[in-house]
Amino acid sequence: MKTKTFPRGIHPPEYKDITANKPIEVMPPPEKVFIPLHQHFGKPAQPLVKKGDAVCVGQKIGEGQGLFSASVHSSISGKVLSVEDYFHPLGMPILTVSIENDGEDRPLQEIEKTEEPLSLSPKELCNKVKDAGIVGLGGAAFPTAVKLSPPKDKPVDMIIINGCECEPFLTADYRLMLEFTDDILMGAELARIATGAKRIIVGIEDNKKDAYALFQEKSAGKSIDVQLLKTKYPQGAEKNLIYALLRREVPRGGLPFDVGVIVQNVGTVKAIWDAVHKGKPLYERVITVSGPGIKDPKNLLVRIGTPFQEVIDFCGGIEDGTNILLMGGPMMGLSQWNPEAPVIKGTSGILALKTPVSFKEYECIGCSRCVEHCPMGLVPTRLAKHVKYNHLKGAEEWGILDCVECGSCQYTCPAKIYLVQWIRLGKNIIISNKRKKSA
Amino acid sequence: MMPNNLFILQSSPHFKDKDSVPKIMYAVIISLMPAVLASLYFFRFKALFLYLACVITALITEALFLLLRKKSLDSLSDGSAIITGLLLAMTLPPSLPVEHAVIGAVMAIAIGKQVFGGLGQNIFNPALVGRAFLQTAFPVAMTTWIPPITQKINTATFATPLGNLKFQDAVAQGTLSPLKDLFFGNIGGCLGETSALALLVGACYLFYKRAIDWRIPVGIICSLMVFTGMFWLINPNKYASPLFHVLAGGLIIGAFFMATDMVTSPVTPLGTTIYALGIGVLVGTIRLFGGFPEGVMYSILLMNTAVPLLNQFTRPRILGERRKK
Repeated sequence: MKTKTFPRGIHPPEYKDITANKPIEVMPPPEKVFIPLHQHFGKPAQPLVKKGDAVCVGQKIGEGQGLFSASVHSSISGKVLSVEDYFHPLGMPILTVSIENDGEDRPLQEIEKTEEPLSLSPKELCNKVKDAGIVGLGGAAFPTAVKLSPPKDKPVDMIIINGCECEPFLTADYRLMLEFTDDILMGAELARIATGAKRIIVGIEDNKKDAYALFQEKSAGKSIDVQLLKTKYPQGAEKNLIYALLRREVPRGGLPFDVGVIVQNVGTVKAIWDAVHKGKPLYERVITVSGPGIKDPKNLLVRIGTPFQEVIDFCGGIEDGTNILLMGGPMMGLSQWNPEAPVIKGTSGILALKTPVSFKEYECIGCSRCVEHCPMGLVPTRLAKHVKYNHLKGAEEWGILDCVECGSCQYTCPAKIYLVQWIRLGKNIIISNKRKKSA
Repeated sequence: MMPNNLFILQSSPHFKDKDSVPKIMYAVIISLMPAVLASLYFFRFKALFLYLACVITALITEALFLLLRKKSLDSLSDGSAIITGLLLAMTLPPSLPVEHAVIGAVMAIAIGKQVFGGLGQNIFNPALVGRAFLQTAFPVAMTTWIPPITQKINTATFATPLGNLKFQDAVAQGTLSPLKDLFFGNIGGCLGETSALALLVGACYLFYKRAIDWRIPVGIICSLMVFTGMFWLINPNKYASPLFHVLAGGLIIGAFFMATDMVTSPVTPLGTTIYALGIGVLVGTIRLFGGFPEGVMYSILLMNTAVPLLNQFTRPRILGERRKK
C-alpha cells in the first residue's frame, strides 16, 4: 500500500505500545468537577448558573458569546459550589464553575434526539453542533460550528478526517477509531452535509494499519476515501495533512477554507454524531494517560472538569522521579505545574515524564538540521537569532508567523537551542504590536 | 494539595533527539581516522609528530583563549579544537618542520576561530586559515614534498601529481600519476590528501551519522568535473582528465571534510548548492589558469566569505507561499 506524506518533518520515538492495546475505560465521575468557562479558541462563555443551583448532566452552564466561542455543559449532576477563578491547564486563572456530585448522574429531562440525522439541513446541523459546545478535540479547540460554516465565497469540496495522531504516546484517537468506527463515519457524513462538501478523506498513519483496514471495510461503497499516511511528525498538522492528501497548499496566513478543505479530528466528528443523533453535548472525552511516570497507563473516557490528580490516581498514581506533567503530547503539550487543574475539551492526554531537563545549550553550529526538518519550510535558527537580537522585522520577513510551533526544529537541534521558545516569544511580540497598531 | 514545586514548567517540545554538538564533532574525528592511519602508514613518524603538534597546540590555544575570554573550559571537550588540529595537520606537507605546524595551529584557533567568538561564530574554516598563514609565511617549506615510504625514488626532485601537471607539463610528457595511485594514496602530497580511498571510507561514516550535507561534496565534484571536463574534451593532450582532478590534491578532503564544515557553510538548501558549485569552479579555475598547482584551500576560503550573503538571498519557499512567476 502506497503511503502519502509531506516533505521534511521528523520521526520521534512513538511509545504508543504502552496504551495502544488498552480498550477505552470509563472513569467514574469524580466527587467534584471544575469546569472552566473558557476551554476553546475565542471568547469565554458567560455563566448561566450561580452558586447553589442544581444542575443535571449535560445542562448548559455557560453560553458561548458570539461566533468565535463555545457553550459549556455540566458533566455531572449536583449542586454548583461556586463560580469563580480557578486553576486552568493554560496556566492562568479562568472563571470556572465548580460542581459537587450528588452521585445520581441525573440526565436532562428532555433530550433532543434526532432519529434521522442525515436528513437535517446544514443550518440545523450547525446549530446543533454549536448548541452542544463542540470544539476541535485534536488540541487546538477551535469552535467546530465555525469550521462547519465556510464563508460563501470559499466553497468547500473536501472534508479531511484526521486520524493521524502523530504525537508520541497518545492513543486516544486510535482507540476511538477501533471502537467507534461507525460513529466516526456517520459524524464525518454529517460534517460533509453541513459544509456541502463532495468527498470525505480519512487520513490514517501507517502505524495504525488495523484501524486503516477497519475504516476501509466499513466505508466500502460510500463516497469516502481512506488513505494511509507515512508515520511522521507532524503528519496531523492541518496544513501538512492537506498537502499530504491533496497536494493543495494553504496560502500563508490563510485557512483550509482557502483551498476548499475542512479538517476534522476523529474525536470531533464522533462528538458531532453524539450531539446530533443522541442529543449529547460535549461533556466527556477520551484521553490517553501515559508516560513513564504513570503506574498504570490507560485510555480513559473522562468527564470534563475532572482534576488531573484524580485521573492520575485512577491510573495507579504517579511514580517517583516524575518531573514533568503534560497536557497533550510531548511535542506540543503544555507542561503543568499544578495537578489540580481540570481536564478540558482540548485535553488529548495527560503524560507524566521523567526527562532530564537541563540540556547543555551550545552555540548554533549551522548544521541546518532545523531547516531540513521544518515542515513549513522555515529557517528556525535564523528566526530564533532575529528574536534573540530583537530584530523582529527580519523575523517577520523570514516567515516567523508561519511557524506552527510543532517543535521539529528543537527536537532535532544538536545544540539543544530553545528554538521554539524564541520563536514563540517573537510571534507574541509581533502579534501584540500589530494589535496595538490596529487599535 | 500537592506542593507546587513538584513539576517543572518548560516550553514545548519536551522531547529532544539524542544527537548533540559533541557527538557530531566526535563523529567527524572518527571519520578522519582512516585517512590519518593511511598517512601514518605512508609517512610514519613525520606524520605522527605533525598530528601531535597540531592537535595539542590547538587545544592549548583554545584553552588560553577561553581563559582570556572568561569562558568555561567545558567547551574544550566539545571536540571542535581537536578537529581543527587534525584537519590542519592533514593539509601540511609531511616534511614541514614541527615548529611551523605549531605556529599554524595557533593561528588556526586564534585568528581562525576565537577572535570571532569561538565555536559557531567564525566565518572561515579555522584549519584553512592556519594553512593559509603557513603558505604565506613559509612558502618554500609548504611546497617541499617527500615521497611516501612506499616509493623508492630520488627525493630531490619529487613533486605532487598536481605540481607535475602544472610545472612539468605532465600530460604531454605522459608522466601523469596513474589514477590507481591517486586513489590508494601511493603519491606525494599533504598528509591527508594522499589516499582518496581512506577519505571516502571516513566520509561514508559521516553520511551515516548525518554529519555532512551531501549537496556540498556532490556539488563540488560535479562542478569541478564539468569545468575541467570541458577543457579536457577540447584538448586532452594539454589538460588532465576530470577524474584526475577529482582524485588529485586536496579535492576529496576539501569537498568532504573542509567545505562541509557546518559553521562556515550556508544553512539554506539553495545557498548550499551555490556554495558547492562555486567551490568546484574556483578550484578548476585556479588549477588550470592560476599561479598555484592547487586551489582547494583558497576556493573554500573565498566561498566562506560568501556564506552570509548566500544565506541572506536564498530563503527557502515557505509552505503556501506563492511561487514566483
